[in-house]
Amino acid sequence: MRGLDQIFVWIGREVAGWAPAPAQPLVSAILIIAGIMAVFGTCFALTTIAERKILGRMQNRFGPNRVGPCGLFQPLADAVKMLTKEDIVPFSADKTLHFLAPLVMTTPIWLAFAVLPFGRNMSALDLDSGILFFFAIGSASELAVFMAGWSSQNKYSLVGAMRAIAQMISYEVPLVLSTVPVLMLAGSLSLNEIVAAQGTHTLGGLARWNVFTPWGLAGLLLFLIAATAESNRSPFDLPEGESEIIAGYLTEYSGFKYALFFLGEYLGLFAITGLAVTLFLGGWRAPFQWLEWVPSWLWFGGKFGVLIFLFIWVRATLPRLRLDQLLNFSWRFLAPLTLINLAVAAAWHWTGAWESAAAAPVRWVLCAALIALPAHWLGRALRGAVPPPRKYHYAE
Amino acid sequence: MNGAGIIQGMIETARNFAGSYHDPERLTTVQYPEEKLPPVENARTIPFLVYDGGDAMAGLRCTACTICEKECPPQCIYIIKDLAKKPDYVGKMQLQPKVFDIDMSVCMSCGICVEVCPFDAIKMDQVFELSTSDRFLGLLFHKEQLAKPNGYFSQLHKTEAAEIDARRHEDKRKAEASAAARAAAAKPLPPGGVK
Repeated sequence: MRGLDQIFVWIGREVAGWAPAPAQPLVSAILIIAGIMAVFGTCFALTTIAERKILGRMQNRFGPNRVGPCGLFQPLADAVKMLTKEDIVPFSADKTLHFLAPLVMTTPIWLAFAVLPFGRNMSALDLDSGILFFFAIGSASELAVFMAGWSSQNKYSLVGAMRAIAQMISYEVPLVLSTVPVLMLAGSLSLNEIVAAQGTHTLGGLARWNVFTPWGLAGLLLFLIAATAESNRSPFDLPEGESEIIAGYLTEYSGFKYALFFLGEYLGLFAITGLAVTLFLGGWRAPFQWLEWVPSWLWFGGKFGVLIFLFIWVRATLPRLRLDQLLNFSWRFLAPLTLINLAVAAAWHWTGAWESAAAAPVRWVLCAALIALPAHWLGRALRGAVPPPRKYHYAE
Repeated sequence: MNGAGIIQGMIETARNFAGSYHDPERLTTVQYPEEKLPPVENARTIPFLVYDGGDAMAGLRCTACTICEKECPPQCIYIIKDLAKKPDYVGKMQLQPKVFDIDMSVCMSCGICVEVCPFDAIKMDQVFELSTSDRFLGLLFHKEQLAKPNGYFSQLHKTEAAEIDARRHEDKRKAEASAAARAAAAKPLPPGGVK
């Protein structure tokens, strides 16, 4: 089992070992890049079909079931369709920007995968400031979205891009702030260090993942909500809003460029899901000590799959928000809560020194109340913040 | 509580998700080319011509009166009369169509031709798989394609067909009776005179 755990590391080392010594770092880097692109490319194809099947089932439909057994070859059919479609560039579009936008969308997101630890010793790039790198790279997608909206010379595109910018910048704040308690308590910006910090076990053999603490649970929920908005997924899919603004900034895109946007969106979701797993769910660690024999990358994949399913589940359930609701929710609910969560994490840290039999439950209840009560009050205030029904003076 | 409605909704979709696997009743989609819903009696798609007996062209009820051609709103019916007459079901000599074409690419399935036909000769069909690779001549149906037996019609629209068949049967009986009466009246007196 030890061998299976390290099998990818071993294969990489063996293959790179055949190359002449000066070329070895390059060959090994190329192997890692190819591996990440192959795995997450496949993941993208599988997620599109899984998403459509699951959405179908949640709406009491079958979902795609025509191409191949149980519709499993649907992604291939989609790919052929996308790639053979005519690539239309609007006459009045800014041709260069219009061409560059999908590339700017997709390229940085591949880079974000570099810092994620997918398993034991399976991190492509062990940066000291990995999470900083991740967020810096991730915010390039805002630029891409605005490039797409602006260069299309189309009012729907521009409105979609404006909405996207408003949304992504608003949700970037809670997204980053919700990760800060993890960084504070791990004392490092390196994702490998953060996984290592969650590697110890309690007496019962349960791992000390961040999600098993009050601030960690709250942080994970806040992070997931912000991540949904960051990756423009339902119920925060206003930038695309098919029923209102056609497809938002994607209106003037077709064929391969559209496919690239689609790919970029899903890869962004994968990257941010991988980050959620790493920060809150113990990364590639097993939940119990006696489960450590299962290969670490399987743990990562399993947690990753569960979170992706959760995103699909939410998409099947919730309707789209209005723009004012969306921004209110971010600035009046999520952002204050993430700040309060910082204080909760601090309280959790300082109460860790308590030494008495009743310390653990009291500490738990105290910290849970510290985050749950503000959430309750903020939620009530948010519902009160809904503007009164609009009065029409001239139209009935 | 905050988010209670969201959790309720999530439970509902989860119930759908699990339910659709063990309870086929939930999945209302009909897998079309493999499965088909049983036809509904009052469904109607495009018109067809009814014929009686075994020979389609000889048994056509159509008398080429061209009422349908004139009434058709999109003007998709095209009729040329055949001057050679043939007897209809009561034995009366009637015209017949030499050409009876309906352009199905133009037909809008309104059923006005059916309503105006005084001979019960044109009725609505229930076929819907009409796709063809030739959208011009492939959708121009001639009378050979349009003619379908009365048995087929009574399968599709049972109630209406039974009514029409009963009426035509009655007409035929009356015609035969009056013919017999006429024959009896016209018959010369038997030899020997009336007793």
